[in-house]
Amino acid sequence: MRIRSITTLLCSGALLAGMSLTTSCNSGGSGSGSDTTNKSSDDNTLLGAGSTFVYPLFSKMFAEYNTQTQLKVNYQSIGSGGGILQLTNKTVDFGDSDAPLNDEQATKIGVPVLHIPMCSGAVAISYNLPDLKDTLKLTPVVLTQIFAGDIKTWNDKAIAAVNPGVKLPNLPIVVAHRSDGSGTTNIFTTYLMKVDSADWGKIGKGSAVNWPGSTIGGKGTEGVAGTIKQTPGAIGYIELAYAVQNKMAFAKLQNKSGNYITPSVASTTAAGNVTIPADSKVSLSNTEAADGYPISGFTWAIIYKEQNYNGRSLDRATKLVKLLWWNIHDGQKFAEPLTYAPLPANAVTVAEAILKSATYDGKPILQ
Amino acid sequence: MMESLSFNKEAIVSSPEITRKSWLQRWLLRVIPYAMNNEKSATVTKTKAKTTNRSSKQIRWENFFRNALVWIAVAMVVLMLGVFVTLCIQSIPSFKALGLKYLWGRTWDPVNEVYGAWPFLIGTLLTSFTALIISIPFSFAVAIFLGEYYPNGWLSNFLRNAVELIAAVPSVIYGFWGLFVLVPIVRKLESGIGAPPFGVGIFSASLVLAIMVIPYAASLSRELIRLVPSHLKEGAYALGATRYEVIMKVILPYTKSGLLAGVLLSLGRALGETMAVTMVIGNSSAIPSGKFFLFGPGNTMASVIANEFTEAATTTYLSALIELGLVLFLVTVVINMIGKRIISRFTNE
Amino acid sequence: MNKKPTSPINYRLAKSRAYQVLIIIFAMAITIPLFFIIGYIFVQGVQKINWTFLTHIPKPVGESGGGIANALVGSLIIVAVAAVIAIPIGIMCGIYLSENKRSKLAYWSRLSVDILQGVPSIVIGIVVYFWIVKPAGGFSAFSGSIALAIMMLPIVVRSTEETLKLLPDSLKEAALALGIPYHRVILSVIVPCGISGILSGVILSVARIAGETAPLLFTAFGNPYLSGDIRKPMQSLPLLIFNYATSPYDDWRDLAWGASLILLLWVLLLNIFTKVITRRWKIQL
Repeated sequence: MRIRSITTLLCSGALLAGMSLTTSCNSGGSGSGSDTTNKSSDDNTLLGAGSTFVYPLFSKMFAEYNTQTQLKVNYQSIGSGGGILQLTNKTVDFGDSDAPLNDEQATKIGVPVLHIPMCSGAVAISYNLPDLKDTLKLTPVVLTQIFAGDIKTWNDKAIAAVNPGVKLPNLPIVVAHRSDGSGTTNIFTTYLMKVDSADWGKIGKGSAVNWPGSTIGGKGTEGVAGTIKQTPGAIGYIELAYAVQNKMAFAKLQNKSGNYITPSVASTTAAGNVTIPADSKVSLSNTEAADGYPISGFTWAIIYKEQNYNGRSLDRATKLVKLLWWNIHDGQKFAEPLTYAPLPANAVTVAEAILKSATYDGKPILQ
Repeated sequence: MMESLSFNKEAIVSSPEITRKSWLQRWLLRVIPYAMNNEKSATVTKTKAKTTNRSSKQIRWENFFRNALVWIAVAMVVLMLGVFVTLCIQSIPSFKALGLKYLWGRTWDPVNEVYGAWPFLIGTLLTSFTALIISIPFSFAVAIFLGEYYPNGWLSNFLRNAVELIAAVPSVIYGFWGLFVLVPIVRKLESGIGAPPFGVGIFSASLVLAIMVIPYAASLSRELIRLVPSHLKEGAYALGATRYEVIMKVILPYTKSGLLAGVLLSLGRALGETMAVTMVIGNSSAIPSGKFFLFGPGNTMASVIANEFTEAATTTYLSALIELGLVLFLVTVVINMIGKRIISRFTNE
Repeated sequence: MNKKPTSPINYRLAKSRAYQVLIIIFAMAITIPLFFIIGYIFVQGVQKINWTFLTHIPKPVGESGGGIANALVGSLIIVAVAAVIAIPIGIMCGIYLSENKRSKLAYWSRLSVDILQGVPSIVIGIVVYFWIVKPAGGFSAFSGSIALAIMMLPIVVRSTEETLKLLPDSLKEAALALGIPYHRVILSVIVPCGISGILSGVILSVARIAGETAPLLFTAFGNPYLSGDIRKPMQSLPLLIFNYATSPYDDWRDLAWGASLILLLWVLLLNIFTKVITRRWKIQL
């Protein structure tokens, strides 16, 4: 009798596990709306990974796209470096990076990839000084010295000199930066390199650099923003949308023309008003425009030029290209409310041309 | 006694039902008896009852079952070796590029492809040992409380359950709580003593770790304190020793090595802990230095891997991270093995 | 010769008493952070949990509302699959180890299990990434389950072995003497007799892996949508807590508090369940 009861127990256990599996599969299917079979719901997903810079926008765009087309786009903000690596490993359908592939990455990936600009955004210098009423002003040199660890406290003379009349607290400066490979870091360090190579030269530019002194690293822009919000005296570089959405303070930065510019859609758009090369790889930082914000950049979705790899179906490739097409057209209207600058008309034209060059078995996917 | 019952090679080989055997079966039949018992199985006379009562199906099932057991036991060894070999193979590029100086390289600079594990080794050791130092008085107190003073009763039941709960709470919850409760407290403390008020950092990580590792040393030490023969304690009492003297001069010396094993298990746990540490340590690759080195942000081996693994874009970078994993693997394995060896020697005595 | 003055007995007794008080204080002190943590999570979490929270998926970044249904379902699936893989294998291995205490293979197998138990979870994540994620060409809930199964195995193996070791040999001998085949003896006599110990080991291991985050970072990866397909990335509770807790969005943090409470309750319930089982069958683990 004991034996039988045990057998029943084990059987019911297995049954329970099986049931929980099937029910959850069903709920997954019903969640996607019209799909009834598991197979079609499988085909109706795309996986992307990369930049945290663009994540708030992508999150909004893909939620909208899901309601329109039922396609589920799973975008994980793991950092630009991660996006490129995962694309190289072919574990995702598309990557997104705020820095174009460098030579080593291009060699490693082996085959041609396409960079499709998605929007441009500003890197805001956000800080946490609870008692400060005015908006902090910074010059490129002061900014560089802060991040290089040469300026250590908030009431340093150099900071006071560009902020006359502002009562700066006697707080140590806590530099917050990305702990993961990041296109935002690349945009930011490229800028510092351009404006003050004397102070920044030893550190260099890249997606992940060796930060001098005691600094705090945060995982993703989310992590950096979280750190700044948590730590009095902190300063860090984050995408503008994060700063605005979380009501964090950010500094006015002096641009090349000598004006102090608040990062905004208008000042980012002004900076993005440049001639776009055919491969769309262009740096926007330290802009010539008089009202342009100096630290901004494009973010690119990155896909393989030849979409027939790893046994991908034409259907999947088409879905991917259509999604990106939608992103650079209809999706652009979501950019401005989230403080990203939409692509200028000339950039859209370039992006269209790039998307059309995507092929499946050598044939263009979009006619 | 058991050996004679466990497997009878002759009985099965000679049974007429199984005449056609696949190469695999044949090989297994030759190998299994040696794998299962290193003493040769005693030959049992083929009792008629055994062979005739079993249908061929039953024998096949029995065979299958025994084989499955052996294969699963083998699979464990393969799994463990697989983990080790995978880590080794994947860290070859970094080993080739950087050699042994990787271990004491002081900079971790992905831009210039310079990778040195020293900051993380130091960070790991600092957090783990600080955590151990903080937790040891508490875990031993719990062990003595439960093992000697109050082995039974509601209070000890309560405490025993509390210790188990500490082990049960997921590490990500410790990290979350640490980030929002402990870190502000540590930040206040830091501004109080004049250290830079990071809040997050090695000290915060150590505090969280200290709570997390208490159960490991505590429960093992409790078991061992219970194992102290009562005649030793009674002898001491009979000589007029006070309870304190019995604990200090009889129980602790007797369980000395076992307590060390408990501490080692705690250490093994602390070294490998990832999430809680990542959330509160500050993720900075700088080597902790200066007067307030304990309060500065740092990184442990596990937290670097968690932060950078999906982002490492170059071969050497990725491989350097995996080599960190390999080092972590080896260190924890050695520490755990020493701990377990001590325990088994202790319990066998 | 011995001139060391012996302390007066009152002093020694007082010292003993003081030491006892000290031990009690230190021992009881460990419950403070525990209840602080549980209490804090409870207070923060309980106000966030409502029907929407349990049945909806997260809203796009920066919009308030939404829930954690994707993580709940994902966690259940990932843990269930891991359990289905690890429990039979773990129990079988435990049986082997208890049946063959002194064979060479048992020695190596036991050693391997011990080593696996000590491997940091993040290392398991790396290994599974190379074993499954990279060859399969994509992150998947299944790879997460494999990683968790590897974490779970040693606990199941050891608890099975320890339990079966305690059973008297006479039990098995009696069954064999009745002419019952070996596998029936094991499955119908030995395992059922130790079922409570095995079961509590299994539940404990499920509780342990339910809260694991590190191995899922590189395997299950996360997913903002509700998904039931184990070949695709999937969200899980610990992953969601980690990602949302470190973010600057207050809404996300609220979700993370609620998710923490649910995870905590889940793990605590499993532990209490184990307690009940062991008490019922009077098993000393």
